[in-house]
Amino acid sequence: MNDALGLPQSILVLGGGSELARAVVARLLAARPASVVLGGRPGSDALAGAAAEAAAAGATSVTTVAFDATDPASLLAAVDDVFDGHGDVDLVLVAFGVLGDQTACESDPLEAVEVATVDYTSAVVAGLAAARRLRRQGHGTLVALSSVAGERVRRANFVYGSAKAGMDGFYQGLTDALVGSGVQVVVVRPGFVTTRMTAGMKPPPLATDAAAVAEAVVAALAKGSGTVWVPGLLRPVFSGLRHLPRPLWRRVPG
Amino acid sequence: MMPTPASAAPGRRTPLVGWGGTRPTVAEVVALTSGAVAEQTLRHPGRRGVIARGLGRSYGDAALNAGGTVLDATALDTPGPTVGPDGTVRVPAGLSLDALLRTVVPAGWFVPVTPGTRFVTIGGAIAADVHGKNHHRDGSIGAHIRRLTLATPTGTVEIGPDRDPELFWATVGGMGLTGVILEADLVLPAIETAHLRVDTVRTGDLDEVMALMTEGDHRYHYSVAWIDCVIRGRHLGRSVLTRGDFARRSELSSRCAERPLDYRAAVRLTAPPVFPSGLVNHRTMRAFNEAVYRRAPAHREGELQTIARFFHPLDVIGSWNRLYGRRGFLQWQVVLPFGAEDVLRRSIEGLAAAGAASSLAVLKRFGPGDPAPLSFPTEGWTLALDLAVAPELTALLDGLDDAVVKAGGRVYLAKDSRVRRELVGVMYPRLDEWRAVRRRVDPDGVLISDLDRRLDLTGRTPAPNGRSARS
Repeated sequence: MNDALGLPQSILVLGGGSELARAVVARLLAARPASVVLGGRPGSDALAGAAAEAAAAGATSVTTVAFDATDPASLLAAVDDVFDGHGDVDLVLVAFGVLGDQTACESDPLEAVEVATVDYTSAVVAGLAAARRLRRQGHGTLVALSSVAGERVRRANFVYGSAKAGMDGFYQGLTDALVGSGVQVVVVRPGFVTTRMTAGMKPPPLATDAAAVAEAVVAALAKGSGTVWVPGLLRPVFSGLRHLPRPLWRRVPG
Repeated sequence: MMPTPASAAPGRRTPLVGWGGTRPTVAEVVALTSGAVAEQTLRHPGRRGVIARGLGRSYGDAALNAGGTVLDATALDTPGPTVGPDGTVRVPAGLSLDALLRTVVPAGWFVPVTPGTRFVTIGGAIAADVHGKNHHRDGSIGAHIRRLTLATPTGTVEIGPDRDPELFWATVGGMGLTGVILEADLVLPAIETAHLRVDTVRTGDLDEVMALMTEGDHRYHYSVAWIDCVIRGRHLGRSVLTRGDFARRSELSSRCAERPLDYRAAVRLTAPPVFPSGLVNHRTMRAFNEAVYRRAPAHREGELQTIARFFHPLDVIGSWNRLYGRRGFLQWQVVLPFGAEDVLRRSIEGLAAAGAASSLAVLKRFGPGDPAPLSFPTEGWTLALDLAVAPELTALLDGLDDAVVKAGGRVYLAKDSRVRRELVGVMYPRLDEWRAVRRRVDPDGVLISDLDRRLDLTGRTPAPNGRSARS
C-alpha cells in the first residue's frame, strides 16, 4: 500500500536494468522497505546487477520477470503474470527505452521501427496493461519516464524524440483517464541525463544525473498525479524553446 | 424472505479518502442499512474483503479498502435513542456524536468522551477508542461501553466487558478489523447545564504549560493545551491552556438559567474545494499561531463557554480540511510516558527547526490506558499536530518516531498515514495477542482495510500487500 506521501511497499519496474530505474528503486528503498519485481531482457547483466542492488538496498524480496520491449505481446504477458502472482503492486515504473542511432535510422527504416516500437508502442502496452490491473485493485501509482526530447522534437534525434512525444502524450491522456480510479500517474521529463545510454556525448547545459531524477520522482509521489521536469528549470526553459523560430531550432546541436 | 444473492448488493465503485485528503482509493460502497446487510456482506465478501466506514474522520486509510467493499455505516443511524434513568443509552453504530448530543443534551445528559470533532460515528469512535479532554479523569470511550453488537465473519455476537471480554477489548481500538459494530450501549454522564466554566492561561513556553498541567489538571474535569509548534527559541512550545468543568445551574446568568440545557452547535460556513496546496505553509502558519496566541487572554477564570465552543471549536467550519488543498495533510499524534518530557521537547524543537508547516497543535496529559491491546492512550503526554504534505516529512517524522518508540511511546493508528510498518509491533507490544483474538472471529481474513494492508496489523505477511489466504 502506498503511504500518504506516495511511498510504495511493492514495486514493479519495467526496464529494471536501466540506470534511471535503478536510481529510483534505490531511493525508494532508502525510504521504505518494499518487494521489488524487475522486468527486462532475459539474461541481461544489467537486470541481474539491478536485482543484486535492490536486495542489498533492503528490498523485502526481489524477483525478475522476462520480456522483450521489441515484442509488445511479451510485455503484456509479463505485466499480467506479475499482477497474478505477486499480489498488489503499489507502484509501476515504466523505465525501458532506447536512444537509437539517428543516422542508422535514417538509412534503415526498420531500425527506426525498433526505436518506435520500444519507445512508443511498448510504452503504450505497458501503460494500458498496468492501468487495467491497478484500476482493478483500486489503488496504485504509475510512473512513466518520458523525456524533454519529446517536448519539441529536434532534427538531431527526431526518431527517438517523436516516439517520446507520442509516449508522453499517451501518458498525459492516461492520467486524465484514471482520475477517480484510485490510480495516480506521474510523468517524468528528464533533460539530458548522464548515464550509460548517453556515454560519450557532451553534456549540454542543465544536464542532470540519475540520482537527481530519483529525488524528483520521490518528491512528485507525495504530490499525486502530475508532470515533473528534471531539473525543474527545464519547464520554463522549454516553454521558451517551444517558440524558438524553426530555422534556429533545427540548428540546435545533437 | 428470500435471501439476496451477494451480487445483488447495491455497491458502487467510489473513490474514498481519509480526512487528510491524501491518496484516494476506490471501493465498492454498500449502505449498511441493517445488521442483515453486514452479515450478508461478510458471508460473501468478494475478493478484497470488507471494512466498515463511519464519517471518514480518521486521517489516513483506516476506513478505506482499495478494490474491496466498504460498508457505509452512516446508514445505520435510527431509531432515536432513549436514555435510561442511569444514563445508559442504546445507539446504532452509525449515529454521529452530533446527532446524539442534539438528542441527549436538552434532557440533561452529555457524552462520556468526545474527540475534537462531534462529526464521528459511535462505531468509529469505539473502533479508534477515541479520547477527549477528560482522558486524565475518565479514560477513553471504551471504558463507557457496556455492550456491543458486533457482526463478524463467523456470526453476530453480543459482547461487553463482562461478556467475551477478549473480543470486546480487541474491538475497542481494533480499527474495525474484528467485525462491523452495529449497536452499542453506552453510559452518559448527567449535566445540569450545557455550559462550561473555563479557566484559560497563556504560557510563555513549554516548561510552563507542562508544569501547570502536572500540578493542576486533577482539579478540572476537562483540560487541553493548544501549543505553538512553529515558534523557536525562548518561546518554544508556548501554549494556551484551557481547562474547565460543566457549570452548575446556579452559576449561569439569570437569562441562561432559564434554559440551562439549550444546545446550539452550528456549522457556520463550509470551506469550498478551491484552496491551493501551498496556502498552508510555514509563513501563514507562523502568523496563524501568533494570532491565536495573542488573541487568548493571559489569564482568565470562570468564563462560561458553550459545549460547541469548548469541545468542538473547529466544527464551526465545515470541511476545514480543504484549506490544505489537493495535496492534503497528515496528522502526527504520539503519546510519550511521563519521564520522557525531553523527547517531547526535542520533537517540538525538531518540527519547529524543520520549518514544517504545522497549524495549531494540541498537548494533553493522558491518564492510565484501558485493557484494549490496540488502544492508543497510555499514561503520559500526547502531542498532535497537522502537517501539510511535503516529501521531506518522511525523513523528519521517521526520525521523530524512532525517538518516540525508544522512549516507550507510540503513534495513534486512527491518525496515521505513513508510519513504518516494522514499528507497529514495538509500539503496540500486545499486537500478537490481538491478532489471536481476531483470528478466532475472522479466520479467513475477510476484514481488511488499507491501513491493514499498509501496516499489516492482522499479520498477513509474507504477502506484502495483505492478500488474504483465500485469494
